[in-house]
Amino acid sequence: MIAVKNVSKTFNTLNEKVEVLKDINFEIDQGDIFGIIGFSGAGKSTLIRCLNGLEKPDSGNIIVGENEITKLNRKELRNARKKIGMIFQQFNLFDSRTVYENIAFPLEISGYKKDKIKNRVEEILELVELSEKRDSYPLQLSGGQKQRVGIARALANEPDVLLSDEATSALDPQTTLSILELLKNINKRLNLTIVIITHELDLLRYCTNNMVVLENGHIVESGNTENLFLGPKSNTLKNFINITKGLQENRNFLGGEGI
Amino acid sequence: MSGDLVNLLLTGTKETLYMVFLSSIIAFLLGVPIGVVLVVTDKGGIFPLFKVNKIVGLIINVIRSMPEMILIIILLPLSKLIVGTTLGANAAIVSISIGSAPFIARIIENSLKEVEFGKIEAAEAMGSKPFEIIKKVLLPEALPSIIRGITISIIGIIGFTAIAGAIGAGGLGSLAIRFGYQRFRTDVLIGTVVILIIIVQLIQVIGEAIAKSINRKRFKFE
Repeated sequence: MIAVKNVSKTFNTLNEKVEVLKDINFEIDQGDIFGIIGFSGAGKSTLIRCLNGLEKPDSGNIIVGENEITKLNRKELRNARKKIGMIFQQFNLFDSRTVYENIAFPLEISGYKKDKIKNRVEEILELVELSEKRDSYPLQLSGGQKQRVGIARALANEPDVLLSDEATSALDPQTTLSILELLKNINKRLNLTIVIITHELDLLRYCTNNMVVLENGHIVESGNTENLFLGPKSNTLKNFINITKGLQENRNFLGGEGI
Repeated sequence: MSGDLVNLLLTGTKETLYMVFLSSIIAFLLGVPIGVVLVVTDKGGIFPLFKVNKIVGLIINVIRSMPEMILIIILLPLSKLIVGTTLGANAAIVSISIGSAPFIARIIENSLKEVEFGKIEAAEAMGSKPFEIIKKVLLPEALPSIIRGITISIIGIIGFTAIAGAIGAGGLGSLAIRFGYQRFRTDVLIGTVVILIIIVQLIQVIGEAIAKSINRKRFKFE
């Protein structure tokens, strides 16, 4: 479904060249929930942005479905993006549009007729359980509701892939859980391939089947999520596991609830 | 209050409103698209065209660095070409529109740059064309700020018409100079000032109210 082959990318800053991605290789199967984890600055955001062409790698190939993203011209890329949904940490909803109009946006730019848009938006509103909020504006919604709108908007065009860029990082644990439940549910119902980037370990363990660990722009470990957790080899993943454990113990020690 | 004072002020007000109204419309028709061009062609914009951006920016700065009075004089031949005369309200409208458009372009540029990049990126990620992003994201998201910018611009244009009045454009500015200053008619001078204050206040209040009501509708409280 998704193949990333020998992808490298360098950013030129004023004083130096920063290699953000170094020879990245992995594949994602149709219908998988796939995780990319790394500390801040590991290159996760750049990597996920390469998958829908928001960033262009310096070298290497990226294939999503039938499209070789790295070889498309502007127009072809726009059409390919209509089948790749994306959700964001900051939601990025349009404040000038109601919930309904936000979800209708991708359908409008795909040239659907009004009544087709209406049917589709209502259907998707039901899926994310926001039907009663259809005429609200984003600023009236809670974080969790905003992300549900973000998910609905990303799914409106019936994409083959959903990219999640730290989509739950701005949400509290309970809301995070409900959003993850929703993503798992959608994955099952629509057989949608989902790519999640995050720095939250529990989240990956909870909902992904396979994952890669990114460190300073290269993949240090990859494979089945559960296996990686049971036998972490890279220092990055070991660190992640220790930090998360440490947090849990601290909370228990302080009398709080574990994660 | 003598009858001729009322008549003078009435005619002056009518001429000023006529000039302000038409100049504003033409200036916005010119200035808004130029402002949009400045934003979308900028580095990191949705349609980066570095050279176009630099050239447009330069032209704007050149026009904006000229004193309004000089600008009107420089543009007189153009007025002659377009409306056939260098005198009267219509001639002034040509100069005022062209003179105000760069200011409006900068104001629009500022408003559009306030739109969070994430929203534009989201629209790009959904496969929007640049024109769709302008029409459906940039302009609507920035609308309250644009309306405030328009208010400032119209008030600027009112000042511009007063200066144009000094060189034969008519209106309240011309009245203040020809009667108030040159013929020592203090009543005319005071009358024009009072009317200008009222017009500016009205425009400010209306503009602010529209911007606020849009924000309130979107639940963005200030």
